[in-house]
Amino acid sequence: MSDERKIRVLVAKPGLDGHDRGAKVIASAFRDAGFEVVYTGLHQTPEMIVNAAVQEDVDVVAMSVLSGAHMTLFPRVKGLLDEAGADHMLLTGGGIIPEDDVDELEKRGVGRLFGPGTSTSDAIAYVNEWFATTHAN
Amino acid sequence: MSKVEKDVLSRTDLEGLVDDRDQQIAELKARLAEWEESYDGIARRDVLFSTVSGREVKPLYTELDHASDDDSVGYPGMYPFTRGPYATMYRTRLWTMRQFAGFATAEETNERYKYLLAHGQTGLSVAFDFPTLMGYDSDHDRSLGEVGVCGVAISSLADMERLFEGIPLDQVSVSMTINGPAIILFCFYVAAAERQGVDVSVLRGTVQNDILKEYQAQHAWIYPPEPALRCIVDMFEWCSEHTPKYNPISISGYHIREAGATAAEELAFTLRNGFEYVERGIARGLDVDSFAPRLSFFFDVHNDFFEEIAKLRAARRIWARGMKEKYGARNPDSWRLRTHCQTAGVTLVAQQPENNIVRVAYQAMAAALGGTQSLHTNSMDETLALPTEKSVRIALRTQQVLAYESGVANTIDPLAGSHYVEALTDDIERDALALFEEIDEMGGVVPGIEQGWFQQEIANSAMRQQREVESAERVVVGVNHFTEGSGDIEIETLRIDPEVEQRQVAKMAEMRSERDDTVVTSTLAALTEACRADENVVPYILDCARAYCTLFEIRAAMEEVFGSYKEPVFF
Amino acid sequence: MTPSTLSSEHEALLERFKDGRVLGLARAISVVENERAGFQELLHTVMASGPQAKRVGFTGPPGAGKSSLVAAVATEYRRLEEHLGVVAVDPTSPYSGGALLGDRIRMNDISMDPGIFIRSMATRGSLGGLAATTKEVVDLMDAFGFDRVLVETVGVGQTELEVTAAADTVVVVLVPESGDAIQAMKAGLMEIADIFVVNKADRPGAPRLVKELRQALHLRTGSALKDIPAHHGVDLGQVMKKERSTSPSAEKPEGWSVPVLTTNALTNDGVETLLETIQEHRSWLEQGGELERRRRARAEIRIRDVVNREMRRIAWSSADARALLARGVDDIADGEGTPYSAAEAILGALLR
Repeated sequence: MSDERKIRVLVAKPGLDGHDRGAKVIASAFRDAGFEVVYTGLHQTPEMIVNAAVQEDVDVVAMSVLSGAHMTLFPRVKGLLDEAGADHMLLTGGGIIPEDDVDELEKRGVGRLFGPGTSTSDAIAYVNEWFATTHAN
Repeated sequence: MSKVEKDVLSRTDLEGLVDDRDQQIAELKARLAEWEESYDGIARRDVLFSTVSGREVKPLYTELDHASDDDSVGYPGMYPFTRGPYATMYRTRLWTMRQFAGFATAEETNERYKYLLAHGQTGLSVAFDFPTLMGYDSDHDRSLGEVGVCGVAISSLADMERLFEGIPLDQVSVSMTINGPAIILFCFYVAAAERQGVDVSVLRGTVQNDILKEYQAQHAWIYPPEPALRCIVDMFEWCSEHTPKYNPISISGYHIREAGATAAEELAFTLRNGFEYVERGIARGLDVDSFAPRLSFFFDVHNDFFEEIAKLRAARRIWARGMKEKYGARNPDSWRLRTHCQTAGVTLVAQQPENNIVRVAYQAMAAALGGTQSLHTNSMDETLALPTEKSVRIALRTQQVLAYESGVANTIDPLAGSHYVEALTDDIERDALALFEEIDEMGGVVPGIEQGWFQQEIANSAMRQQREVESAERVVVGVNHFTEGSGDIEIETLRIDPEVEQRQVAKMAEMRSERDDTVVTSTLAALTEACRADENVVPYILDCARAYCTLFEIRAAMEEVFGSYKEPVFF
Repeated sequence: MTPSTLSSEHEALLERFKDGRVLGLARAISVVENERAGFQELLHTVMASGPQAKRVGFTGPPGAGKSSLVAAVATEYRRLEEHLGVVAVDPTSPYSGGALLGDRIRMNDISMDPGIFIRSMATRGSLGGLAATTKEVVDLMDAFGFDRVLVETVGVGQTELEVTAAADTVVVVLVPESGDAIQAMKAGLMEIADIFVVNKADRPGAPRLVKELRQALHLRTGSALKDIPAHHGVDLGQVMKKERSTSPSAEKPEGWSVPVLTTNALTNDGVETLLETIQEHRSWLEQGGELERRRRARAEIRIRDVVNREMRRIAWSSADARALLARGVDDIADGEGTPYSAAEAILGALLR
């Protein structure tokens, strides 16, 4: 029987922006870090992302947003997750997001957001740490 | 084969000379060996001596490393154009300084354009927002949160008219970065020119319209490849007759590179895509020389200075040879590869963003030395948000310093004959030709896309580069080395007013209420019928545009026949 | 194990599961997939009413377009208003233990349909085309009340025969590029296929593959000559199809002649026929007693699975066994033992 529990992560590209280099790089890096990564493809609506997160029962939802629509997309996904009874999931992500917005989103319950030039190992460490603390028992 | 060795072969009848040459080569090799001995004895820095594309670079290049001669290098403006597409290059006209700009609503972007023109910019370049790029109207559900954010929202002719209010379209060349719905935005543009009373046959400019690289890298697609390619050939056909000075396509490596490809992959995929369009045009029955002179290109200029210069030189040579020898073009204008360049957005970092100004400057210099016809320089704050007016001005000034102060524009192709640059040009050409073969073995570009081959190659290269940076083998200043001061980011950023979306939505409602719905319906129905009947769709889309049909309405009318594209393969 | 007691946490979970809440099903799957304490009790509780759903497995080599075909088939079943569960399996990387689960991408068009539940699973080292607990996950979906469960195997090219233990009807999906019929035979696909589908049938090579498969199937059943038309120019497939539709399956319960169909998942060509054929196979299963036989065989496999798993757990959770294991390794290293002597010692201690 497996005692080591796999971390499941949904990597999603919300909105209409098609720049998926970051999403693919992080998805591969997460896989290489031992996570099970569900990738949903491009052009996802917040509803599609939350629906997938719930069905896949992931621990983490990671979104890549380069389109500048982060102030719409992150709160919307967060709200829908809470509504679906999935408020235990970590919503995190990355993209071109100004510092003030990062702070504001954090206040609204979004996890850490990573900017361009972030090392994938930082994101991996963050998820591992979050998982270890929230699943401590 | 080196230049010297090649010369030997071409003169075998002169035995004495052969002996001479053999002796010369032997001497060169002996001296090189002598140098190598001293080189081997001394410790080297512990860093990667390879280009960002992973190409190994030797410590020293000599004339033994390249075959440059009249056939492969030649003269500017002469086949195969390695040294430049035109005979006089920057001595007649500097490259066009064309800053890509667009945000919020048409009115606000219009103001920015007027500002740029007043500051000496010589061409306009339109950045559209994501909804427009995907063919959605500003008031469509899927546009929520993205209207006017990353570019300007253009949902109908009304928006296009506002975008160029007070800017006479017969006097300025306009480049539009749009692909999936390119044919629709082009028709909006032509209709806007008509409204200004401009004779459309004088229109100058470019629409990107390169759908193949969308499937490969950028992902702003609507229709499946075959109908999408049909629309592009419709544009070739229509433009060659009605807007002969307008480039109906800009075959783009930029996005392929930004998605992670190497320099050689960028070059090979772009040119192979270009040849694909040529083949499609020929298959339609068009005379290759009727449309090939208006094909233009768009390359990325990345960090590795010499490799980027070599890439542009190799691009011109491969294109010229392919067009002349394989596709039988007879007009030299069909052989000439003209290109726009942009500095590499992907090289900009959020840490110590002012350093980006320096990166951009070196990249811009490579573009000039590579012989580009126009250039966009990125703004230092693009990794943080949309660029501010100040950072856009610095980016433009960077080009002006380069053009007017550095002296690089004084002579043509100043790096020709450099052992390193010529060797790199040969190497990168060889790599590109090998990739052509791989693509052909798969059955061509479209099968390669369907099998996910391009996507996979690009993703693999992206992963390799990411590993190099993360392991700090590849130095990125301020990111994995020299990081003091990387914590504090204190630069002003531009924010889009969230009310832009509401204003845009309100304007659409107004426009919808003012137009004649019966004409809207009938022009859309005629378009669907033309799609089905395999007619050239441009005149039908133009009719829709004139009737103020919206972008999404036109998109949908065509989608009824064409269907929509599904991403075939991932990872 | 006492299969009747549930923890309070699982009681609560079961409550939501029985209420038909998607979140309840999703979390129950995680409990089973991770073999968390009490998962067997949970399964025992929900499985009490036995199998109800129709289970259809899709297997085949990489690049055969299984996900796209499953998506097309699911769309068609939704049109018929069936409620569907879909399980898609992707490989776990042997190096990192991680996995990229990308099958949802092909199912984006149907993913928002509330009548469809899609779950991706990683193999987690299991061979045979499914994850270790895929069969249990199918049971959960069945118990949740779906009319039909579609199972898509990993498709990495290995022999993926385990799908037979998860599905009533096995559809083997091939494409012209996936090789000839000989390769399909070598891979054991002839044995497991109830229906062959040649997908991407617009590609060159498809008709040849269809013909080869039909010939190979006839050879296998020793009836190579029986159904071949007397003269050329007759489409064997049409003949077979007609045969099936004119004579009710009930009249020949003794056998099922495996049909070879063609589809193009992207254009939906042939998908309707595939559904009809799956239905015909279903009727044959039900009317000929074959379903009963298959379910019994499956039950046997499942009991063995559960016992094997428990025995492994009991064995390796014993401190004695672990100590003997370590000693056995030392002995072998010192040239004083073999794996067999070590195993004998361990089993002796466990059975004592």
